[in-house]
Amino acid sequence: MNKPIIELKDVWKIYQIGHVKIPALRGLSLSIHSGEFIAIMGKSGSGKSTLMNMVGCLDIPTKGRVNLYGDDIASFTESDLAQTRGKKIGFIFQKFNLIPTLTAFENVMLPMIFQGIPFEERKKKAQSLLSMVGLSERSAHRPGELSGGEQQRVAIARSLAIDPEIILADEPTGNLDSKTGKMVMDLIIKLHKEQKKTIIIVTHDEDVAKYAQKIKVLRDGLVIGQKK
Amino acid sequence: MIKDYVKFALKTLKVRKTRTFLTMLAVFIGIAAIVSLISLGQGLENAISEQFEALGTNKIMVSPAGTFFGAVGDSVSEITEEDLDVIQKVSKVKQAGGMLYKMARLEFDEEVQYTWAIGLPTDESGDVINEIATFNYVTGRELKESDKYKVVVGIRLAEADIFDKEVKVRDKLKIEGYEFKVVGGMGRIGNPEDDRQVYIPLETAREVFNEPDKLDIIMIETTKGASVPAVVEDIKKELRDFREVEEGEEDFNVQTFEEMMETFAVVFTLVQAILIGIASISLLVGGVSIMNTMYTSVLQRTREIGVMKAIGAKNKDIWILFIIESGFLGMAGGIIGVLIGMGLAKLVELAAFQQGITILKAQFPWYLIVGTLVFSFVIGCLSGLAPAYRASKLKPVDALRYE
Repeated sequence: MNKPIIELKDVWKIYQIGHVKIPALRGLSLSIHSGEFIAIMGKSGSGKSTLMNMVGCLDIPTKGRVNLYGDDIASFTESDLAQTRGKKIGFIFQKFNLIPTLTAFENVMLPMIFQGIPFEERKKKAQSLLSMVGLSERSAHRPGELSGGEQQRVAIARSLAIDPEIILADEPTGNLDSKTGKMVMDLIIKLHKEQKKTIIIVTHDEDVAKYAQKIKVLRDGLVIGQKK
Repeated sequence: MIKDYVKFALKTLKVRKTRTFLTMLAVFIGIAAIVSLISLGQGLENAISEQFEALGTNKIMVSPAGTFFGAVGDSVSEITEEDLDVIQKVSKVKQAGGMLYKMARLEFDEEVQYTWAIGLPTDESGDVINEIATFNYVTGRELKESDKYKVVVGIRLAEADIFDKEVKVRDKLKIEGYEFKVVGGMGRIGNPEDDRQVYIPLETAREVFNEPDKLDIIMIETTKGASVPAVVEDIKKELRDFREVEEGEEDFNVQTFEEMMETFAVVFTLVQAILIGIASISLLVGGVSIMNTMYTSVLQRTREIGVMKAIGAKNKDIWILFIIESGFLGMAGGIIGVLIGMGLAKLVELAAFQQGITILKAQFPWYLIVGTLVFSFVIGCLSGLAPAYRASKLKPVDALRYE
């Protein structure tokens, strides 16, 4: 098999709350290869969110290594890490996390602004992404004027703005009813199948996890099992 | 890039209208105060320097010590016709004339008013005064050498602004109980006090007020090409010798109009600086208010900042975004402040005009407007420095977790 694009080696993450040290990840190792569709499951407190932050390069481990395309993320400056993250990883959040003052269209353009992509190119890309998620008509609306399902579709369009290889989704259907949840999942599956994106979904929902090729189950900061 | 950030910042300000407005309040009060003060001050200064310039630079004024331009008639020392004789003999003095100022009781149509009566010389020594004062007569004629108990009235008397009835040429007017015949009316000077004065021949004034040789002010014109400061020194020396006073202890002032203008400018600048200083306190409050708003904004948008960082925003990007927002918050206050300030200045100008002060014209030079806007933008940016720094340093994980 080819080299993993994200590789966690013996990763520890210890949070200090007052005088108490709480280990959220305890020597966890994990490799994610290009084109995979992985679900990370676990109850709350299992270290799921911490793992997502590591995989998404949002945080650096207390101990151990996280390699993104072979480079240790701890060696990056904060800004380099932000830049790299912006290029390589597309995020989809449970709470959609669109910028409330910007329209759907502008939200989709935002990652491209941070990468310094010229306006014309940005505009074309944002339009095509919004039409792909079926929201061309709603592009001038602000998130507050969109339904949950629509907001999540805008968020998916935003996650694709820079053409990242990796899509990291944190409970993408958590705030949606089952029908719109299914619609969003169909979209994610399409990205995997048609665009060969590497998909990582963090969830506690079996129905969501079942779409994945691999399911990693987490408990107490360690991968305790793999389904499929 | 910056263009996008500007757009982004303006959107945020637009969406949060109430917050934006309240934050700007202190800024625009401060800016409005500064703009109106400077524009009116500039207008006043221009008007006065124009008048001084019209007088020419070859004019010298002698007055008793302890008086300043405009405040005459009640000093301890006195200058007299004898001083005038001394001055007229100084070389390079082309012409010199003196005036007498007296508060007088005026009676017209059984009504009584008090006003300044000015004794004007009617011989050739009056020419220099006429030239300096740039009198223009709108009705009748000026005083001539043979005139006795004749009077020229200020425009407010002619307009029935002082007495119920208009004072017209050929009317009879009583001054200090003596009957005078009105021979002329002055044009508008632009200062309500000056516009209610009456002018009578100096010789008549000496009889009426029983002032045999006192003068309140002597106006001098030097010959063409003479060095004015040298003539001033000569006059000072001759007057010291004549009045038997030591150098440095003069009981009289010899001033050129240029000097007076400079003195005036210094005092004026000082007063203006103090007023602007006071107005600046409001700007400081405005700055603190912007800082407070920006801190709140950083807190409210912690999650938003986390998202932006997750999708690729560098610390610098977040910093610039917040600085721009804060700068525009300041500048928006500045724009409203400039408009209010201009309106205020125009109102004051209008109010002054209705009081008869026609020389005051508010000035809005472009550098005042541009300067104020830049200044308010800078204040906004400075106030935003600390909040923007805090925003840029937020860790994406912490920010994303923030509820």
